[in-house]
Amino acid sequence: RGHGPYQPHEPGYGLYQPGYSPYDDQIPDPKSRTLAIQNAKAYLLKSSTTSGLNLYDHLANMLTKILDEQPKNAVDIIENISKDVKWAHFQKKMDTLRDEPENLTTFEAAEKRKALFLKANGEGDEELEEETGETRLPNVMETAFYFEQAGIGLSKDESYHIFLALKKLVSVQTIQTCRFWGKILGLEMNYIIAEVQHHEEEEEEEEAEEEEVVEEEGKEMGEVEDEDEEKEKEDEPPKSTYKPPPVIPKEENGTGANKYVYFVCNEPGKPWVKLPPVTPAQIVCARKIKKFFTGRLDAPVVSFPPFPGNEANYLRAQIARISAGTQISPIGFYQFAEEEEEEESGGGRDTYEENPDFLPLSVPEMVDSLSTWVHHGKSILKQGRCVWFNPFQKPEEEEEEEEAEENEEEEKEEPDELQQEIGPPLLTPLSEDEGIQNIPAWTAQPSTNLIPQYAVAILQSNRWPGAYAFASGKKFDNIYFGWGHKYSPENHTPALPPPVQAEYPSGPEITETRDPTVEEELAFKAAKEEALAAAEEEKEEEEEEEEEEVEDNEEEED
Amino acid sequence: MEAVSLPAALELAASGGAGLSPEKRAALGASLLLLQRDYRFERVWFWGCIQGVSGAYYITEGLGPDRAAPRSRLYSLNCVEWSLLPPVTAEMVAQAEQLKGRFQGDPSFEYAYPEINAQDAERVFEDGKEHMIKEEARLVATIEQIDRAVGIIPRGAFVKTPLGSVQENRNFEGLSLTEAKKLTSYFHFTEPVNLKNKTLLEKADLDPSTDFLDSLEHDIPQGSWAVQLEKGGTVVVLRSLLWLGLTFYHVPMTKQYGYIYFGTGEKNIDLPFML
Repeated sequence: RGHGPYQPHEPGYGLYQPGYSPYDDQIPDPKSRTLAIQNAKAYLLKSSTTSGLNLYDHLANMLTKILDEQPKNAVDIIENISKDVKWAHFQKKMDTLRDEPENLTTFEAAEKRKALFLKANGEGDEELEEETGETRLPNVMETAFYFEQAGIGLSKDESYHIFLALKKLVSVQTIQTCRFWGKILGLEMNYIIAEVQHHEEEEEEEEAEEEEVVEEEGKEMGEVEDEDEEKEKEDEPPKSTYKPPPVIPKEENGTGANKYVYFVCNEPGKPWVKLPPVTPAQIVCARKIKKFFTGRLDAPVVSFPPFPGNEANYLRAQIARISAGTQISPIGFYQFAEEEEEEESGGGRDTYEENPDFLPLSVPEMVDSLSTWVHHGKSILKQGRCVWFNPFQKPEEEEEEEEAEENEEEEKEEPDELQQEIGPPLLTPLSEDEGIQNIPAWTAQPSTNLIPQYAVAILQSNRWPGAYAFASGKKFDNIYFGWGHKYSPENHTPALPPPVQAEYPSGPEITETRDPTVEEELAFKAAKEEALAAAEEEKEEEEEEEEEEVEDNEEEED
Repeated sequence: MEAVSLPAALELAASGGAGLSPEKRAALGASLLLLQRDYRFERVWFWGCIQGVSGAYYITEGLGPDRAAPRSRLYSLNCVEWSLLPPVTAEMVAQAEQLKGRFQGDPSFEYAYPEINAQDAERVFEDGKEHMIKEEARLVATIEQIDRAVGIIPRGAFVKTPLGSVQENRNFEGLSLTEAKKLTSYFHFTEPVNLKNKTLLEKADLDPSTDFLDSLEHDIPQGSWAVQLEKGGTVVVLRSLLWLGLTFYHVPMTKQYGYIYFGTGEKNIDLPFML
């Protein structure tokens, strides 16, 4: 038996007063109440047919979780807690199977980045001695610090990874100078770009290799052409008078647009890939198209006009354009090397060197006027090169051959002579840069207005959004973070396809005329017969006349 | 992104090269807190920065109890003093869409824009002056456009209560790595447009408390989002190609997510040519 009727002085009084107890509407008999409780518990313990759980255990787990975690306003999120408990129940069984394949990529990437931090085998004290002499590695963290004052730059982690990746590049390749050029974003992956200048010996070797390859290809082409010519002599279709415009050769490695060699990688830790040198045709085409980079160097560039090359070439062309337009330095940092003879008008001054007597200007001066900055990247002409090349200046041998050919075939149209293109000379100040509509080409700001003594002068390009430069005392640098496209306030209009070419000149002998109808043919036939008959009659008359004349003559003679 | 988690978030979203200088970061830490107190916002989101020609605008949004209600927007030129922007009207957005070119950097600058509608031309003759639009109006209209077009949140981060208001989901533990790479796991945080057009079969699978917004997979043009794994696969970064400069980051299996805009405030109309 349970508790008996409570006396007024006991604490349970009032709870069990007949008619007032909370359990009055339920079974009053204690024995049947315990039975009811047991029934209820048995019901709760019944396992579900679909999931094998039972409500009793589930409620117990839920309450345990709530009491352990004590979330605020638990009643509002009770359903979610229930869901979570059920989810956790299932997860435990499949733990070992699920996790492994998921995180493979992240673990691999982490391994690659860890490899950056380990010193490669074989590096001992020798390396240290070399490095203390001349460090060709740029101090990426220092540059990142100055740019950070303006809010530009990557996170410190990434900057440090890039630093280590550059160190790896420098140790692998024989490099004279190296610089972190910037980062170009892509759709699937991004590009981290390093600007490098090789030693001169390396360049000559590479050029020799390239020439050999070109010669071999030329020989093969020559053999194939001979065979074709023999076949053609038998039955020649009319030869086309189309002469493709002359191919403008690319600039030599180490000069002009190919002055620097660029290495790219997708992420620090991945191997560096060298980008091929850029050709003028690629630059001219890159000016006309606007495409996102995917992140894979071998991806094709589908565009109109068709880009001669794949993404690696397009990337190199854009890098060349950006460098030519936005590599700037404070005035006086670089000066022209003193020369006795001036070069010819075609070249202009090519080389510059650091000025040992450089006196840095103060930051407010650098920010106020744009004439305190100069371009040290050579600008690219319309042709696609930095130094103008006249494709119609042929050597004498070729001219003789051409004359012989011209005599045989029809006259060709003479190509128009190109005018020499001249670009702005090296080391022109920025104040000469054209703006776009009413926006100046560059925006100059100090990095902070609050502490002007330690401010850094920052320049942002408005023509190539993403190109920045800073100057502070004797230090300066350029960098690019962006998608790799030029700014244009107008929408990009792609080039239209050229008009349809005429296949052949149309003249009367090949223009189609209407076939004559039956009536016309009959009429023509009748007219022809009449003419024949008339001709015969005339002939007979003439013969008769001749006979008469002969007779007359004979009579006379007699 | 949440103003409270700004320093850590900036590190994660900085892979595009744009970020804030230490001076601005320090200033924001203090001024955003005071903003929350003064305007009694429940949440303060640092929206980002729009670069003008001669200066930059730093934008913050303040949210009230219903996170999907129209937000108050504030701008500042130096991250210390903030001014409230007027609420957006459809007319403002329509006018701002006609403007092209960069922001100037001066909030009181007035643009004179050409009229295209015949009705508006009549109005011009009546008034006797050209229609001018202030840079402030253009600013708030651009922010509204960007939020509407590319302001995104991960699926499950917000729940709709039975009363209709939208709250943060306290049980949101983050997306898994596989989920985070798909565009279907992210929603536009604005009024849904495509939701009603789904077939009944699709609607049956939806959970009305979490799936009440449009997902990204039907965005036009396809491919207007660049999804990448940064930092060796620990952060998922989505970059919008329609509004260049908007970066969304999320660390899978954690509650960290947010989006921020660093750019010139111009729509990338050439997108179809560039893909």
